[in-house]
Amino acid sequence: MPSNSDHFNSGQARRRFLKQLGLLGTAAVTSSYTLLEVRKANAAASPAVTNTKRWGLLIATDKCSSGCDDCVRGCNEEHGLTSSGRDEIDAQWIRKIDLQDKLSGRKSSLPVMCQHCESAPCVDVCPTGASFKRADGVVLVNSHTCIGCRYCMMACPYKARSFIHETLTNQLAVAPRGKGTVESCTLCVHRIDAEEDQQPACAVACSDAGHGAILFGDLNDAGSEISQKIAAQGATQIRSDLELNTGVRYTGI
Amino acid sequence: MSTIDTNRYNTLKPASTSYWLTLAVLLVLVALGGYSAFNMEHAGHQISGMNNQIVWGLPHVFAITLIVAASGALNGASMSSVFGLKRCKPFARLSVVLAMTLLVGGLIVLVLDLGRPDRLVVAMTHFNFKSIFSWNIILYNGFIAIGIVYLWVMMEPRLNRYTAKVGAFAFLWRFILTTGTGSIFGFLVGRNALDSALLAPLFIALALSIGTAAQVFIFSATARWQNSDLPESMVFAQGRLLLWFVLAVLYFAVVHHVTNLYLAEHQVVERYALAGPMSPVFWVGFVLIGTIAPIVLLFRGGSENKRCRNLIFASAVTILGGMALIYTIVIGAQSTPQRLFPDKTVIASRFGDAGFELYQPTAWELGLGIGGVAMAVLMCLILLRVLPFTPEPESVAS
Repeated sequence: MPSNSDHFNSGQARRRFLKQLGLLGTAAVTSSYTLLEVRKANAAASPAVTNTKRWGLLIATDKCSSGCDDCVRGCNEEHGLTSSGRDEIDAQWIRKIDLQDKLSGRKSSLPVMCQHCESAPCVDVCPTGASFKRADGVVLVNSHTCIGCRYCMMACPYKARSFIHETLTNQLAVAPRGKGTVESCTLCVHRIDAEEDQQPACAVACSDAGHGAILFGDLNDAGSEISQKIAAQGATQIRSDLELNTGVRYTGI
Repeated sequence: MSTIDTNRYNTLKPASTSYWLTLAVLLVLVALGGYSAFNMEHAGHQISGMNNQIVWGLPHVFAITLIVAASGALNGASMSSVFGLKRCKPFARLSVVLAMTLLVGGLIVLVLDLGRPDRLVVAMTHFNFKSIFSWNIILYNGFIAIGIVYLWVMMEPRLNRYTAKVGAFAFLWRFILTTGTGSIFGFLVGRNALDSALLAPLFIALALSIGTAAQVFIFSATARWQNSDLPESMVFAQGRLLLWFVLAVLYFAVVHHVTNLYLAEHQVVERYALAGPMSPVFWVGFVLIGTIAPIVLLFRGGSENKRCRNLIFASAVTILGGMALIYTIVIGAQSTPQRLFPDKTVIASRFGDAGFELYQPTAWELGLGIGGVAMAVLMCLILLRVLPFTPEPESVAS
């Protein structure tokens, strides 16, 4: 038969347990509320991205020369992409490709990066939704929910995505990256979200070097320079047969 | 016809030390697998042979083999509860346990190869229903849940009457599961070598052949550990089934390649697959070892013992051949350059647009893959030891 002291001890233990449970509940509610407030404050601080704009690039391949990699270097410097000495595992947000037409023999050179497709295969296949498309057409990877399965890399028709194979050091604040996750060209969202008339680093580097082969702008605005040039000259999409409606267009290929 | 299972089952009571020796070897392999996974996680995938071109490597070949084998290993149970074959009934529980453990082994390899395996909970809580990968996560979890229910209705006499219904549902589920696994590749529009609806039936045929082969191993091993042999009728039936499934795989593989050869846009990919540096994996691995060898072995006569031995050898080479075919599909498709500019020749690129990529897997990837296989078999053998899944030799003989 249980003694009085047993009853007393079990009553004390129950009270202690209930007290701890109460404290835990209060802490959980308070921290959740704080997090929600922080989220609201962050949302208020940065303007919402809308689909009134669709950001894109127009690349004039006749202004792009073989051997020039100013855009690649501009991108690498902007995002702190360094080489491990092994091209096949290095991050390749932009790569240069030299081509020759099979019939005419005409040569051309062009940069290939994420094409920011409207119907992006990487977004469709991502199991967790980490690959996503913003309302303004920029395709991004949420590094917090990317599990590193690399299915998006298998699905990308442009081979525009890179997997981080090694531990990274000295990262830049504008481009936080993580070992074991996938990344690709962000169209420099940190720039275009920060201020009006900001250009992606590749376009700036190309322009600063005097080539002017990469033009950035709003494809939804019929009056923008990019839209007017596309209307006047026509522009092609890489793998247009896939009907992905890419945000990056090319002339001269 | 009574639906009550009158067969007698018991926990595996190994009469020889070979069971314990097998467990010890498997434990060592699992430890090596764990060590490989830890190293790949710690140092990053740079220590593997995978890169930004070959993004899925040897671990995926092992994982897919185990996952499709899981679906096929359910055959023993399906034969009994769906098609009413009495001689398979004593093996139904074994078949379900093997199927579940093979699947778990495959998933362990897949998860440990993720860039962020620590985010497994993210994969389980964030679903993109447009992704076939997401659907596969549901299909895999569902397969394990159905497997548990299937075992339950088989083991509880009061629920035996539901075995046929649950068995039919499991049968349907595993077909959908393998279709889903094949579709992971078939849905890739950007990869010329894949992008084909034929991959789904090819994977179903592969599941049946590899799964049946895996079953043969576990059925004969448990019989041997109980100082018994597989009955003659079972050896004959498994041999016939395996033969048909091997031929089915060959049929779909031939149709897939002939279709690709016919299409001009796929000819570079086909030349690489059939005559490139990786072609020995196809011709020697799949055609010679995985198809011709089992057919020859299964047609050979001889004494009961000899036919049983031939069936075991045929099962071993079927598994190896199936893996070789999966290797050519998964690795071959990534080794060929993606065609970004069909009417142009790529003269130069810093990132493999011009030529073929040669994949060289490292010991870490091999360790992880073998560790996954060992884990699957280890779990199966431990489960057989603790729960009554193994038919008593008298039930099998009768």
